[in-house]
Amino acid sequence: MSKDIRIKKGLNINLYGEAAQEVADAPKSKIFTINPPEFLGVTPKLLVKEGANVLAGEALFYNKDNDRMQFVSPVSGVVTEIVRGERRKVLSIMIEASTTISYKDFGTTDVKSASKETIIEKLLTSGAWAFFNQKPYEIIANPNETPRDIFISGFDSAPLAQDYAYTLKDDAKAIQRAVDALAKLTSGIVYLGVQAGIASVFDKIENVTRFKVSGVHPAGNVGVQINNVSPINKGERIWTIKPADLVIIGKVLSEGKFIANRTIALVGSEVKNPKYYKTMIGADLSQLIADNVSNDNVRIISGNALTGSNITDSKVLSYTDNTVTVLPEGNNYRFFGWMPWLTGNKRFSMSRTNLSFLMPKKKYVLDTNLNGEERALVVTGEMEKVIPMDIFPMQLIKAILVKDIDKMEALGIYEVAPEDFALVDFTNTSKLEAQDIVRYGLDIMVKEVG
Amino acid sequence: MGLRKILDNYKVHFEKGGKFEKFKPAFAGIDTFLFVPNHTTKRGAHIRDVIDLKRLMIIVVFALIPATLFGIWNIGNQHFSQLSGSDMSFMNLFLYGAMKFIPMVIVSYAVGLGIEFYYAIKRGHDVNEGYLVSGILIPLIMPVDLPLWMLAVAVVFAVIIGKEVFGGTGMNIMNPALLARAFAFFAYPSFMSGTKVWVAEGLHNDAISGETILGKLAEGHAVDKIYSTYDMFMGWIPGSVGETSVLMIGIGALMLLISGVASWRIIFSAILGGAFMAFVFNTFAVDGNQLMAMPWYQHLLVGGFAFGIVFMATDPVSAAQTTKGKWIYGFLIGVFAIMIRVFNAAYPEGVMLAILLLNVFAPTIDYFVVQSNIKSRKKRWENAKKA
Repeated sequence: MSKDIRIKKGLNINLYGEAAQEVADAPKSKIFTINPPEFLGVTPKLLVKEGANVLAGEALFYNKDNDRMQFVSPVSGVVTEIVRGERRKVLSIMIEASTTISYKDFGTTDVKSASKETIIEKLLTSGAWAFFNQKPYEIIANPNETPRDIFISGFDSAPLAQDYAYTLKDDAKAIQRAVDALAKLTSGIVYLGVQAGIASVFDKIENVTRFKVSGVHPAGNVGVQINNVSPINKGERIWTIKPADLVIIGKVLSEGKFIANRTIALVGSEVKNPKYYKTMIGADLSQLIADNVSNDNVRIISGNALTGSNITDSKVLSYTDNTVTVLPEGNNYRFFGWMPWLTGNKRFSMSRTNLSFLMPKKKYVLDTNLNGEERALVVTGEMEKVIPMDIFPMQLIKAILVKDIDKMEALGIYEVAPEDFALVDFTNTSKLEAQDIVRYGLDIMVKEVG
Repeated sequence: MGLRKILDNYKVHFEKGGKFEKFKPAFAGIDTFLFVPNHTTKRGAHIRDVIDLKRLMIIVVFALIPATLFGIWNIGNQHFSQLSGSDMSFMNLFLYGAMKFIPMVIVSYAVGLGIEFYYAIKRGHDVNEGYLVSGILIPLIMPVDLPLWMLAVAVVFAVIIGKEVFGGTGMNIMNPALLARAFAFFAYPSFMSGTKVWVAEGLHNDAISGETILGKLAEGHAVDKIYSTYDMFMGWIPGSVGETSVLMIGIGALMLLISGVASWRIIFSAILGGAFMAFVFNTFAVDGNQLMAMPWYQHLLVGGFAFGIVFMATDPVSAAQTTKGKWIYGFLIGVFAIMIRVFNAAYPEGVMLAILLLNVFAPTIDYFVVQSNIKSRKKRWENAKKA
């Protein structure tokens, strides 16, 4: 047991439409879509052409900078379309699924006796490497490096996020196998953050150093946990993996198949019966959404309301997401809508300029209105209230905006991820796009420092 | 809604390619004042807090209302109480004050907002809300008889030199409202200090003595017999329009603190700093210096101290930005305000100079606070390398 951490700075945003603990099968998707730009730090090189037959787990493209790193199809079928953008950049690859899924066999791996190289090779060719995230920079991990430690956050504290204690309750074996493999990949420790007071599958996982986390969002963010347990130093690498992805990794090792199953939480105020659905990576969710959402003026988000991506048009489940949030669009005017202390269940504020601060338990139907216009930074101290890290967030953001590399480094850019600044997006008075700015800063640092 | 339709009909003329394209910022300023726009999130978090700069600024304006209403009444009160046989009814005092004060407000807003709109159009950016607050603050910290043209010149100076040359709201180094006062103070000293200006018509009517408590003390006169601590707290004393009533300022401060708009750290540490300095002076008071001997709690009640620390020192743009920095910044404002007041009889209004001074030093304070974070991070890196 490592020392436990308690997150005091942050904010829980209570939204309507939490998933009931009930799982159903989502309508079968015919077309599956993989979007290579989702894999940050990867330059995709296609391995298939339109019309090609692929098995589930067969490579669609590889990383130009490291050709062992392959990205695979979640299903078997025919590649129907490859969408390209400017300069022939591959935007998406669409696969029409066969009626029954046939898998490419990678052969089982005995994790206990296998060498580090064998495990890495297996994960790279099977597509499971796509789930390895590297800090700093929030990009796909470089398999040629050895991380100082590997961190897993066993829970998600974002608004309406999936409850892993429920969805992963039967996956202990796969998770244990994945964790055993991870232990061979680092020279340090595999850390596992678990939610204090909540029993979950992670309580029984061995071969890890567990620590308990309590407090408000972003307590579940792995970057916040790292910063509070053992912060990243310059030149170090830390790998992180999301809990649900451990199951896919574990099954690649035990069954030799890339099984792209996902249990997603369909949540949000606009969903009729928010609950869990079984589907697959890259699935087309049109039918599921049509069955569950009657309102037209909505935003469909792959992921949570703070960090997810807008999939209103495509309705495709992103590669590593396991929550789909449906919120009302806020494209309407409000007469004197800035008047303080008028409240209702559609207005929420962390500040006390709205009466919502008197009702901390109340649930809200929040829409996508910006609630004002972008302004110069005026208010100070409000970013610090939602960043539970030893970081000066506003100073870091300003350093990024002026592209001052030394300053970014000195102020701790290696320790942050865009998702850690999601609450700054939400709460800041000037409507500053903090996540975008942090991503921009990380991209600069990858190029300049690497 | 009807009004929305009317605005939408006119809006097309201000969009790109429209007849009045150039004036879009001006139109948008009015449009977004009436309606929170229908803009939705395009990047980043999909949901947003309901707070914005308009909501924030309007709370400060609300918080100024008690002090403003009291100030208007007190203009009449100070004036008529010195003329024997006057009608001292509330309505008479209030109306007299309103007739004196409202033209100042109109001039302040007209000139200030005019410049803001001009720069918004010229630079093609949105009209910022900052002047909503500055516009009322400026007349509140001026003597009531300041000629309107001087007020206008002070506003021009504050908005252009204090704010726009740095890039507008959020970029300024010093508090614009205080800069307006400092400008008037040094440019027109005969209207901004002395024994005649603090009560309406004091300059023209010999029957009226418009001296403030601090002014009297600075000249070595005791005031104990004229004004009690209670008077100082309630505010029926001569002074700048909005600064006299600590009670009314306190109500405003409460609104700012409950809503979280003002930093309690700055207010609290400034009071602490002021009390500390005044207490030190009390302890070492020399004979004949009435200001040194004035009890420390009275120091906190008179002059612009309360008004300054509640409404000016807390301006987040010109204050220190880090949490530790705010403590230091506030404390030093308190210390310097009393020190300047006591030691330099020519400037009994020390709080104005203290805040402006600390505005200039706030970035330096922040620099050292942030530097300590940077140093501890680098030290951690070194330790990690060794291990």
